[in-house]
Amino acid sequence: MEHWLTLLLTLDATLRVAAPLMLAAMAGLFSERSGVIDIGLEGKMLGAAFAAAAAASYTGSPWAGLGCGILVSVGLALIHGFACITHRGEHVVSGVALNVLVAGLTIVLGIAWFSRGGQTPSLPDEARFLPIILPGAEAIGQLPVIGPLYQELLSGHNLLGYVALLTVPLTWWIVFHTRFGLRIRAVGEAPNAVDTAGISVAGLRYSAVICAGLLCGIAGTYLSIGQNASFLPHMTAGQGYIALAALIFGKWRPFMAFAACLLFGFLDAVAVRLQGVDLPFIGEAPVQLIQALPYILTVILLAGFIGKATAPKALGVPYVKER
Amino acid sequence: MAVSSDTLPRWVDVLAIPLINLTLAFLAAGLIVLAVGESPVEVLLVLINGAFGFQEAIGYTLYYATNFIFTGLAVSVAFHAGLFNIGGEGQAYIGGLGVGLVCLWLDPYLPGFVLIPLAVLAAAAFGGFWAFIPGWLQAYRGSHVVITTIMFNFIAASLMVYLMVNVFIQPGQMSPESREFAESAWLPFAHEVAGWAGVQITPSPLNLSLVWALICCVAVWLLIWKTRWGYEIRTVGFNEAAAIYAGIDPKKVIVLAMCISGGLAGFVGVNELIGVQHRLMLDFTAGYGFTGIAVALMGRNHPFGIVLASLLFGALYQGGAELAFEIPGMTRDMVVVIQGLVILFSGALALMVRPPLERLFRKRMLALAAARAMEG
Repeated sequence: MEHWLTLLLTLDATLRVAAPLMLAAMAGLFSERSGVIDIGLEGKMLGAAFAAAAAASYTGSPWAGLGCGILVSVGLALIHGFACITHRGEHVVSGVALNVLVAGLTIVLGIAWFSRGGQTPSLPDEARFLPIILPGAEAIGQLPVIGPLYQELLSGHNLLGYVALLTVPLTWWIVFHTRFGLRIRAVGEAPNAVDTAGISVAGLRYSAVICAGLLCGIAGTYLSIGQNASFLPHMTAGQGYIALAALIFGKWRPFMAFAACLLFGFLDAVAVRLQGVDLPFIGEAPVQLIQALPYILTVILLAGFIGKATAPKALGVPYVKER
Repeated sequence: MAVSSDTLPRWVDVLAIPLINLTLAFLAAGLIVLAVGESPVEVLLVLINGAFGFQEAIGYTLYYATNFIFTGLAVSVAFHAGLFNIGGEGQAYIGGLGVGLVCLWLDPYLPGFVLIPLAVLAAAAFGGFWAFIPGWLQAYRGSHVVITTIMFNFIAASLMVYLMVNVFIQPGQMSPESREFAESAWLPFAHEVAGWAGVQITPSPLNLSLVWALICCVAVWLLIWKTRWGYEIRTVGFNEAAAIYAGIDPKKVIVLAMCISGGLAGFVGVNELIGVQHRLMLDFTAGYGFTGIAVALMGRNHPFGIVLASLLFGALYQGGAELAFEIPGMTRDMVVVIQGLVILFSGALALMVRPPLERLFRKRMLALAAARAMEG
């Protein structure tokens, strides 16, 4: 029973870590399926996290926070689109530019507006997305085995956490079962065919990039006003890159990317839990190794040692209409 | 990566467009400064004075510039082969590990004139190795070097935390640092060298690594434009299919370019560890690897341009450190903003100002031709 509870708590932590990863990975999926490389997931999340915390602290409303988070993230996505789609810039360079720009700008603005060394003021509960206790969690929690599963694992996440879980099937449905999704995939594989059919390549790519901005906006908001009660400098701490790794690890497919997010989240939760624990035979738990595993696994996968990850064919290739 | 053009005169391509892009970046930065309620002119004056106003400041500016020359050259060599090496940060970190290992292992036995060259070699070997793997994976396993180098940055960071906390930490110390290297391993500081010549200058972290950085600039220039390897690197970067027809093996060239790139990035470890810190420590790379991207883009992948861009960024870093003292509410993070804007305008939006300029020059050329026809 005790082990069961430990496992549940670890899985609960896994979900908490994985939620923003899922949102960002789905964001990347929209963008990359349409042919636009998205290294800028990190920057969009960070920008959104700051905007959400700043807006929530001014207005006292988490919804205003969410709105501003999404707005900023979409704005950044549009800059990326402007550089990559309109001006045929290097996608990776543009993504790096956004990440660097946002890393500096959030702190500069944070200090100018709040004078707390880049942090935003700590938010009161009513300005945050608080954990939602699912109906009957207390009562059902008393049941053996199933009870704690419901109470500890399924209940008690914030609204955006549940949104993250819903985003995955939604993304799958949009990308694989709607006309818009078909066109997104087509423009990432064979843009000239899409163009020949009389559909705007740039228009489709812009809408995909905006979808990415929207989802990154939710991811950033989750970090600063869901999981935490304020914005901290550099609070995304590489999660955008992990989400990108998860997307690639999931071979640009929604449910596989979702599984990769869970795996990476689980590794993180385990690493935190094992900090300073002595394991039989191994000695002190190699926490750093566990933390580096997502990156190592992604490298091994990309090298084709665990199946083949094939990127969308036109990924990163600017589309030039023939004249 | 360089886009050549028939419609634009060379000076526009090489000089005017980069300057326009840079100006746009700084204008945008100025707007941001205005938006947070400070005066851009005042910030600029503080930056300039903080970077060049006194001897110590100049020393710091050049010391930062040394790091940027190494990482800028690293990014540029990969760029010439058509590769985007985002892993400068990790390669610099692992290069520093090489320096640390050599110094900690051999400093009781060897004199400086043997130890220091060995440490420099180790920096190149370790940094090069950290770039070799992504290069090899790209060439022979088809995984994209951008993603792999990002992953390798994180792996390097985890590895270094593990090594510092578990292996190199001094018994009874809280901060994860190695013991100090023996003095024989220290590169002379600029003020020491000047002292030998009888000139008094204010102490600063500037050390002989700067000379090594300038030698590397010349070496990279020779390599890229005057050797067969450089020719092959540029050919692969320009057109891989054509390179194959010319009998060049792009796979070997990719691996080679990445190794050289990583080795150059590794030299940050020389400047930081045997130049300044004299011990192995965490996070000594401090983002220099990423700044290298901005430096290479701004310097248009040419060693001379990279030296100029490194000076600019060195000045921004040092001046930025002064900002925090002079103007409350401004920190060095403003420099990170400028860096992001430079990457955006000189890199991602590099093609933005071309079409209008091309139209302008086409019109002018047509007008000139018409005038000549009238005369004739």
